[in-house]
Amino acid sequence: MRCFRGTVPVQIRREPGRQGERRGANPMTLAAIRDLLDCVVLAGEERLDTEVDTAVAADGMSIVLATPHPRALLITGLTHIQSVRTANVADISSIVYVRGNRPNAQAVELARSKGIVLLATRLGMFDTCGILRDSGIKGAG
Amino acid sequence: MAEELLRRSFEVRGGDFDKAGDTSGEVRAILIDLGIDPGVVLRAGVITFEAEMNVVMYAEKGTVTLILTEEEISIDVADKGPGIPDVDLAMQEGYSTASDEMREMGFGYGMGLPNIRKNSDVFTLETKIGRGTRISSLIRLDSYD
Repeated sequence: MRCFRGTVPVQIRREPGRQGERRGANPMTLAAIRDLLDCVVLAGEERLDTEVDTAVAADGMSIVLATPHPRALLITGLTHIQSVRTANVADISSIVYVRGNRPNAQAVELARSKGIVLLATRLGMFDTCGILRDSGIKGAG
Repeated sequence: MAEELLRRSFEVRGGDFDKAGDTSGEVRAILIDLGIDPGVVLRAGVITFEAEMNVVMYAEKGTVTLILTEEEISIDVADKGPGIPDVDLAMQEGYSTASDEMREMGFGYGMGLPNIRKNSDVFTLETKIGRGTRISSLIRLDSYD
């Protein structure tokens, strides 16, 4: 039998309060982001007053999970339902799907049930990230 | 050992990509309902989600067991599956044996086991080729006092 056994070093433990304190200089409402990126709102119309100040961009969901960024915006081209499940587990408030891609109805329904805002833009990943960064959104992790 | 305040078990079916993530969603909901610190919920959710995805992607079936005491949260994931031939390699970030189908779901980037270890205060992995793999993670609650 192969076995890995060990105690994780103390320094990588999370400390209380740290995760919710990634406040940036220029938070934006999701409504403002919708307008800026010319997005269609797929889910969470009633939550567009939610403010975000950090974003993470990735198509790999394990990469999103690798660093904590609660209440951040996820920018992705991955429209699989796992993008919504990842956002739920990672406590991510909202997703912008790029390149005109849209998730299926099952994913949209799951997002509604979990209170996750879904936006879709025709812009590509690079332009989406650039516009948001120029507007003061910080990168997360 | 501290008294168990809660114990829940969940069955996960290998290859059931439609349900992949349901168990971690339930674990997360239970911990939120109990008023557990959001940072702990986040870590427990990531551990369970990654372990659950590993069962769905690689194993025939698995059982996720959540145990809560006043001192810690234990997440144990035992699967019936192929086992891991090279544990040291599997623990390296970026190493993956994932299929294209797995990558299309956003997984298979070689971050699963490292993410589980990173979010655990104590992490144990035991594997036997042709039999299965068992991952045990502990999150200590006293670090949040």
